[in-house]
Amino acid sequence: MQKQEFTITVYTEDQIGLLNRIAIIFSRRKVSIDSINSSPSEIKGIYRFTIVIHETEEMVIKICRQIEKQVDVLKTYYNTSDEIVWQELALYKVPTDEVAEKVQVERLLRENGARAVVIRKDYTVFETTGHREETDALIKVLEPYGLIEFVRSARIAIIKNSNGFHEKLKEFEQLAPGPELVENEYLNKRNEVFDY
Amino acid sequence: MQTFDTVKAGSLEQVSLKTESISGSEAVLDAFLHEGVTTIFGYPGGAIMPIYDALYDYQDKLEHILVRHEQGAIHAAQGFARTSGKTGVVFATSGPGATNLVTGLADAMIDSTPLVCITGQVFAHLLGTDAFQETDIINITTPITKWNYQITDATEIPTVLAKAFFIACSGRPGPVLIDISKNAQLQKFDYKGYQKCEFIRSYRPKPFVRQEYVEQAADLINKAKKPLVVFGQGVILGKAEKEFQDFIEKAGLPAAWTIMGLSALPSGHPLNVGMLGMHGNYAPNVLTNECDVLIAVGMRFDDRVTGRLDKYAKQAKIIHLDIDPAEIDKNVKTTVSVWGDCKETLPLLIQLLNHNQHPEWLQTFKALEQKEIDACIQNELHPTGEQMTMGEVIDVLNELTEGKAVIVTDVGQHQMVACRYAQFNQSKSNITSGGLGTMGFALPAAIGAKFGAPNQTVIAIMGDGGVQMTIQELGTIMQSQVDVKLLILNNQFLGMVRQWQELFHGKRYSFVDIESPDFVQVAKGYGIPGQRVTARENLKEALKAMLEYKGAYLLEVMVGKENNVFPMVEAGTSVSEIRLK
Ligand SMILES: Cc1ncc(C[n+]2csc(CCOP(=O)(O)OP(=O)(O)O)c2C)c(N)n1
Repeated sequence: MQKQEFTITVYTEDQIGLLNRIAIIFSRRKVSIDSINSSPSEIKGIYRFTIVIHETEEMVIKICRQIEKQVDVLKTYYNTSDEIVWQELALYKVPTDEVAEKVQVERLLRENGARAVVIRKDYTVFETTGHREETDALIKVLEPYGLIEFVRSARIAIIKNSNGFHEKLKEFEQLAPGPELVENEYLNKRNEVFDY
Repeated sequence: MQTFDTVKAGSLEQVSLKTESISGSEAVLDAFLHEGVTTIFGYPGGAIMPIYDALYDYQDKLEHILVRHEQGAIHAAQGFARTSGKTGVVFATSGPGATNLVTGLADAMIDSTPLVCITGQVFAHLLGTDAFQETDIINITTPITKWNYQITDATEIPTVLAKAFFIACSGRPGPVLIDISKNAQLQKFDYKGYQKCEFIRSYRPKPFVRQEYVEQAADLINKAKKPLVVFGQGVILGKAEKEFQDFIEKAGLPAAWTIMGLSALPSGHPLNVGMLGMHGNYAPNVLTNECDVLIAVGMRFDDRVTGRLDKYAKQAKIIHLDIDPAEIDKNVKTTVSVWGDCKETLPLLIQLLNHNQHPEWLQTFKALEQKEIDACIQNELHPTGEQMTMGEVIDVLNELTEGKAVIVTDVGQHQMVACRYAQFNQSKSNITSGGLGTMGFALPAAIGAKFGAPNQTVIAIMGDGGVQMTIQELGTIMQSQVDVKLLILNNQFLGMVRQWQELFHGKRYSFVDIESPDFVQVAKGYGIPGQRVTARENLKEALKAMLEYKGAYLLEVMVGKENNVFPMVEAGTSVSEIRLK
C-alpha cells in the first residue's frame, strides 16, 4: 500500500489530557503528525481534532481504531484530501521599506490572494489562506525582500460528505448502540479498504 | 453518609434525600463499599494520609494489605483480580509511591486486568511547582492505563470513581488510575450518595454484534476440513468457558491456547491440543500453517504466538472473535471478524454450527504430539540423568494437586515449563505475566491470588532470579498470614537469558550467573518455614510437605543448571519451523 495524505477528524468530549492520549498513539508508532488542530465543534462541549498524516491507509485504519478506543473519544473519521474542503492560514512578516520600495504591493497581494494585516514603519504582516501550494507561493515571492518571519497554522477541514455530528451524537447519547455506532464502518467496505 | 427517609404520603411513596457533609476521603471509601470492594493492597504516605486516616474507621468492612513496595501492591491486586474475576484496588502515595506502580500498570494494561489505582497527589495549589513528592503521574501513566483522571475537587469523587470502576471492568478490562490531590481528600462537601455508572456517552464497552458476520463465520466453520481454534484470555474475561467448550464440542474443533488463555479449557479435554507460540507445543504450531480455517477467540495474535507474521497461517481463512475492535486486523488480516463479547457471540455461532467431528485431522495432532513426546517431553518429565528438571517438579505437583491448584508463575524458563506441563481443571487458575513478561510478578501476585481465591491452594512458581526482584514481599506474607506456597526452581542462572545466550550468542554467558541467598534462611527470617531439595528421591515428599503445611511455605528445588526449554520457535522464524532440540 502506498503512503498518501490523510486527514483524520476526531470528535471528543472536553477532557484535559486527551490531546496527549491521542498524540501518544502516533508517536509510539513513529508516525509523524504533519499538523494537528483542536477546536470547538458545531456542538457545544464537543471538541474536534483535525490531524494530518502521510501514511498507508492500513496504518491510518489501525490508528483510527486506537483513537476511537480512548474512553473520551466519540468518533473518528479519516479522509483523503479530495473528500474534504480544507484550509491553512499563513502569516508573513517583511520589512516595510523593502516591500514599499521594491514591490508593487497591491499587485503582489492581488496575485496571491493575500491581505495586509498590520502595516507599521518597520514591518508589515501579510496573511493568506489556502492550500499548501498557495501559502508556499507567497513565501517564494517575499523571500527576496527579506522575509523576517513566517508561520502557518494547522489544517482545518470540513468533510464534504457529512451532515455534521448532531445526528451521530444523538445515537451516542442512547444506551443501546445502533449497528452503525461502534463502528464497523470499515467492515462494510472491506473490499474497498483492504486489497485482497 | 447518605440517608433515605421514606415518607408515606397517601399512596405515593416519597423519597427525600438528606445530604450529608463528608470528606473526599470518606467518599472514596464509600464508593468502594458500593462497588463491592473487600480488599485493598497499598502503602501509605503523606499525600494519601487523609484516605488512610478515613480507612482507620472502615477496617471492619475493608481489608487493607500492607505490602512492602508499591509494585507488590499492584501485582497483588492483579493476582486478586485474575482469580476472583473482580476489580483489584490499590492505594499509593504521590511521587515515588505512584511511580512504583508503573510496571504493574503496564502489565495490567497489556494483560487486560481490571484495576482501580488511587494515588495521592500534592495539594492542588502546588501542582506543577515541583513540590515535594510531586510527580505528573497522569502523564506518566497515560499510555499504560485504559483511563486516568486527576481529581482536585472532592465533589468530583463519587462520579469519577463510579466511572473508574465501570471503565476498569467493562468491555476489554484494564487498569484505571485516579490521582486525588490532598486538598480534595480533606475537603468536606455535600454528599448526595453514590450512584454506579452504567453508561458513558463516549465509551462503548461492547461493540454491536452483527448477525451477518456470525453467519459468515458459521458457514466457514461448517465447510472447514481442517479447522483450528486458537483461544486467549478473552474466554476467561468474558466468563464464557462453558460457551467455549460447547462451541468446540459441537463442531469438533481442536483448540490450542495462548498462555493467557490457559485454564479456560481443562487440560485433559480431548479437544485441547496444547499451547501455541514460542515455547508452545509442536502440533498446534506446525498445524497453524496447515489448517484451512483458523478461528481466533479472545486472543490478539501477539508476536510470541505468531512468530513471523508474513509466514503465519497464510493458507487459512481467518475468523477473529474479539471484543476490542482495535485488535481486529491489527496483526493478522481476517476473512471474517465477529466483533463482540464472546459470551454473546459464541452462542449465536453455536446455533448455526453443524454437529461435526474431524477424527483424521485430530489424529494429525496426536501423531505430531508423539514426535514431541519422544524428542523432549519424555526427557523433561521423566529424566534419566542425575539432575532434576523443572518439568519433573511440575509433573509431581500435578499428581499431588490433581490440577486444582492456582498456579502463579514468574517469568523465565520455569514459566514456560509450568505453562507447558501444569494441569488445570479450573478456570482462572493460571496467573502469569503474559504480555509484559514482568520478572518479580509471581510473589506479590500469588498473595493477591490467594485473597481472590481463599479456598484454593495457591502456588507461586519462581526462578532464582525473579524471586529476588520482589523478595521483600515475604514481609507481606508474614504480616498478613496469607497461605501461599512458594516454589523456587533454582538453576543458579537467569535461565531463560542463558538459554538464548547458549543458542544464539555462542554460549557467551554475559551476566546471567546470579548468586542467591539461602532462600530457606531468608524465609525463616520472615517466620516462613521451608526446605531445600537437591535429590530426586526427596522431591515428592517435599512437595507434599509444602502442600500439607497450614500456612505459607517455601520450597527451593535445585534443578539442572543448563537445561533448556524446548520446543522453541526462534524469534523471527515461522511457527512451522519450530525446533524440537
Ligand atoms: C523485570 C525484568 N527484567 C528482565 C527481564 C528479562 N528476563 C526474562 S527471563 C529472565 C531470566 C529469568 O531468570 P530466573 O528468574 O532465574 O528464571 P529461569 O529462567 O531460570 O527459570 C530475564 C532476566 C524480565 N523479563 N523482566
